Amino acid sequence: MLLINCPFCGAREEHEFHYGGQAHITRPADPEQVDDKAWADYLYYRKNTLGLQAERWQHSFGCGQWFNALRCSQTHQFKAVYKMGDDAPEGLS
Amino acid sequence: MQKYSFFKLLQHSLSHHKNWQAAWRNPAPAREYDIVIVGGGGHGLAAAYYLAKKHGVKRIAVIEKGWLGGGNTGRNTTVIRSNYLRDDSARLYEHSLQLWEGLSQELNYNVMFSQRGLLNLAHSHHEMSTLLQRHYAMIENGIESEILNMQQLKKWLPNANLTSSARYPITGAIVQRRGGTARHDAVAWGYARGADALGVDIIQQCEVQDLIVTNNAIKGVETTKGTIKADKVLLCAAGHSGHLTKMAGLELPMVSVPLQAMVSEPMKPCMNTIINDSTVHAYISQSDKGELVIGASNDPYLSYSQRGSWQVNEETLQAILELYPVFSRVKMMRHWAGIVDITPDRSPLMGLTDVKGLYLDGGWGTGGFKATPGAGDLMADTVANDKAHPLVKPFGLDRFTSGRLVDEGAASGVH
Repeated sequence: MLLINCPFCGAREEHEFHYGGQAHITRPADPEQVDDKAWADYLYYRKNTLGLQAERWQHSFGCGQWFNALRCSQTHQFKAVYKMGDDAPEGLS
Repeated sequence: MQKYSFFKLLQHSLSHHKNWQAAWRNPAPAREYDIVIVGGGGHGLAAAYYLAKKHGVKRIAVIEKGWLGGGNTGRNTTVIRSNYLRDDSARLYEHSLQLWEGLSQELNYNVMFSQRGLLNLAHSHHEMSTLLQRHYAMIENGIESEILNMQQLKKWLPNANLTSSARYPITGAIVQRRGGTARHDAVAWGYARGADALGVDIIQQCEVQDLIVTNNAIKGVETTKGTIKADKVLLCAAGHSGHLTKMAGLELPMVSVPLQAMVSEPMKPCMNTIINDSTVHAYISQSDKGELVIGASNDPYLSYSQRGSWQVNEETLQAILELYPVFSRVKMMRHWAGIVDITPDRSPLMGLTDVKGLYLDGGWGTGGFKATPGAGDLMADTVANDKAHPLVKPFGLDRFTSGRLVDEGAASGVH
């Protein structure tokens, strides 16, 4: 089981959390104007990163807050957690 | 190829079984092939077999980074069925099921296909309605299905907790009698042996490092054993498909997550069917060796590690004990995870890509094993003719821009 560091509550076990997938996905500002490809990119296409991925987690059985994390998809190791709306910390690998 | 038969078995017993031929060669890769297939699991080997057998392609290579059937082919719970809701999926999986029915004879290799029936259990009136929708959809698609009431269900599942005192009492079921299981390794080995006999080069311990693309057409692959030229490349790499297509500049709508499974210690026969339950959520069958083969939902997060989290196991076993309190003291023997490639609509990604000569057979998510012969056959047709087979067409990548998704709630691992 993963030990996840909630930025609000501290380290808690994985089953308290809900996974929210890839982070930093922006909804097209004017959906009426984008073509089908761009809309499909927003809805369905994910990076599926082999290595370090920025992703969203929610501490659903705790404080209920969403936050972002940098986690390696090969080792499952969390490298950093940071708040929603902040940019991903750089220089980690 | 040395044909396997009872007579051969007798003959070889005289020499203490020391003179059997190797089932396939272990060749070094040639510089150029007509078709290169990336991924030596069931799908890749089946595609190679049908390309050589039905389409007469002479120079085919199957490249595998590990060993044959070492990925999801050897990591699934071996359930084979065609009880799908959507017309497109029903036709695809039924085509595959029909090939399963003659597969041991076709390959002269016993894949131990056992049609022991597959039950889907309902725990409420509403769940039964959903199952009935699927039941009638199957009937409309020409696939047999039966409804079971509680009296009939007691005969199918004498050891299960069918009482009304269960936490989630069972109210009914549907059954597909032609559903079953097969020995997964044997499927990979049978296709490998058949393909090898038809001249296919199977190259193991050879990882693809890059796809060579010039003028938006595939020209070959760079591997750990050197450059291999080919004008057609078929990717059958399951969880690693997206990682491979990125080498050709293509993104795929899929996420790779771990799916865990486990087997118990072997026991005397106590279950002669397969149970799939989506409320308490687990599936279970008993292998021919006597082990209980158990699986459930995937871990939620992106991973390439072939291992999952403990709480998913715990939930799975809780679900099994809900159905079968009698198994409470059974010891679990082995547990593992495979990396499955899940698409937004839980249907596979098959067919041509934007790169000329690059074909895709992936996105099978939690249910690729049952499709092995069908996907192999249909992808062989698609690659040979450079045109999506009618059964493959609905599963093309274009469905995500056109909006014509095949939203398949009957895929395994779906709540």
